[in-house]
Amino acid sequence: MTTQSSAKLKKWLTRLTPSGRCAILAVPYFWLFLFFLMPFFIVFKISFAEAVIAIPPYTQLMTMAEEQVQILLNLGNYAYLIEDSLYISSYLQSVRIASISTLLCLVIGFPMAWAIVHSSPANRNILLMLIILPSWTSFLIRVYAWIGILKNNGFLNNILMYTGIIDEPLRILHTDTAVYIGIVYTYLPFMILPLYTALMRVDYSLVEAARDLGASTTTVLLKVLLPLTKAGIIAGSMLVFIPAVGEFVIPELLGGPDSILIGKILWQEFFNNRDWPVAAAVASVMLLLLMVPIMFFYRYQKREMEAG
Amino acid sequence: MDAIPVYKTKWKWAILGLGLSFLYLPILSLIIYSFNANRLVTVWSGFSTKWYGALFDDALLMNGITLSLLIGFMSATAAVVLGTLAAFVMTRYNKFRGETSFAFMITAPLVMPEVITGLSLLLLFISLGQVFDLFSQRGMLTIWIAHVTFCTAYVSVVVSSRLRELDKSIEEAAMDLGATPLKVFFVITLPTILPAIVAGWLLAFTLSLDDLVIASFVSGPSATTLPMVVFSSVRLGVSPKINALATLIIGVVSVATFIAWWIMAKAEKRRLQELRTGNAK
Repeated sequence: MTTQSSAKLKKWLTRLTPSGRCAILAVPYFWLFLFFLMPFFIVFKISFAEAVIAIPPYTQLMTMAEEQVQILLNLGNYAYLIEDSLYISSYLQSVRIASISTLLCLVIGFPMAWAIVHSSPANRNILLMLIILPSWTSFLIRVYAWIGILKNNGFLNNILMYTGIIDEPLRILHTDTAVYIGIVYTYLPFMILPLYTALMRVDYSLVEAARDLGASTTTVLLKVLLPLTKAGIIAGSMLVFIPAVGEFVIPELLGGPDSILIGKILWQEFFNNRDWPVAAAVASVMLLLLMVPIMFFYRYQKREMEAG
Repeated sequence: MDAIPVYKTKWKWAILGLGLSFLYLPILSLIIYSFNANRLVTVWSGFSTKWYGALFDDALLMNGITLSLLIGFMSATAAVVLGTLAAFVMTRYNKFRGETSFAFMITAPLVMPEVITGLSLLLLFISLGQVFDLFSQRGMLTIWIAHVTFCTAYVSVVVSSRLRELDKSIEEAAMDLGATPLKVFFVITLPTILPAIVAGWLLAFTLSLDDLVIASFVSGPSATTLPMVVFSSVRLGVSPKINALATLIIGVVSVATFIAWWIMAKAEKRRLQELRTGNAK
């Protein structure tokens, strides 16, 4: 009798307690759901609230009135984003700067990845390490280094003036050029690494065959290498483009008063104007804008992690 | 795979030379000017190490370093646990409910703009704070949670690439011989993926140490991390003290990377040697 009931109890307990397989999944799933996915819904919710002077500085959407739950959606924040040309122009400027930077990263990164792939295996590892090493040191400090280089009386201007190439210092710091340099510099390793992986997988007998059949270097590049490394190009471009759209530190430190990128706007709305609902609306629109590139990246990365 | 031709053209060296000098020029200039006696950073007026001394007298900076190291250590440790679990799920589970959302949640943090992550986490903490007292004060705990979240994604990428290379037949053999899944994991899987776990830990540690934007959003007045101190100082212009700090960071990172690389190269060599002698028998 007792053994029977204890067996029953045991069976009941095993059904109740999750299996190991389930527990392994549940821990990261729960954490990421709570701290990564959930926050977006809250941002979306607060983008429909109104700013008030209180703690926290926004109104509640749901209120109890006359024993009924009332949901008040305030579209004012979104209307504000459309009415004030500042927001639209800064979205456009962010996308433009991020696109051009991505293209620059690709144009610089592809030859570099190619050169690393075609080195001897021992050199390959050293070169890869040299590419990654700068990104292990502080990002903020590397952006800061460019201030010292690009300043009017900085490193670059000093050298150019000393060698007599220019008579007057070039104004580079606090212009869009400086922002481009900063973004390309910071994100270049993120472009090179997926390109390197893609180029390592290419079957080089195809390149050889194309050459034997008389293809020029340009033809080999356009018709053989680029199509074969498409996945790497997409991954690298997304790794540069998406974070660059929302970049705050680089335009803040290197950009001028007219480089108003959307990341900077969001920061200012939040920290300086303390208008949290508008900041949430800015973030929601940015997220919507980036949804397609993020899905592109997600599909590549998922295949990468599951393959093999 | 072995048939990748090795080119020795001058083009290749020109590309590498130019690319690497672009990557290292700023770092080099930081190091050189950190030894400059002049306050005006870019005007050279003799060798001096006084800024290094000034660095250690700066209490705000020192507090920032301590806090950042502490948060980095705790974030990396938690992220390694969560990230390894996530990598396991991604590489070993065939199909399960919620697979799409799970894959999305560990890939999207890699590219999500920091301002969005920061703002959304802060708004979450505020909403939670209205219910749970734990979140009503923001500081170390909230920064830790934020860092663990985005570091987990990076760790899972690093660990899953190693897990994929792993020969599953050894695990299966152990399982056939009667080892429990837990024992298989600790005796066979874990030692094999340990290099990736260490690499993931280091990556998470540096990412946490480096984060300015997310920490600025989720932190409270009680917690000012190193990047936050540096940023407020850099905003006011270049400062020789920051150059000295940068040089120290670069030095530590370079030495650590070199040691890690050396250890891994030695392990790889030994593995290859064992493989060869094993074949000879």
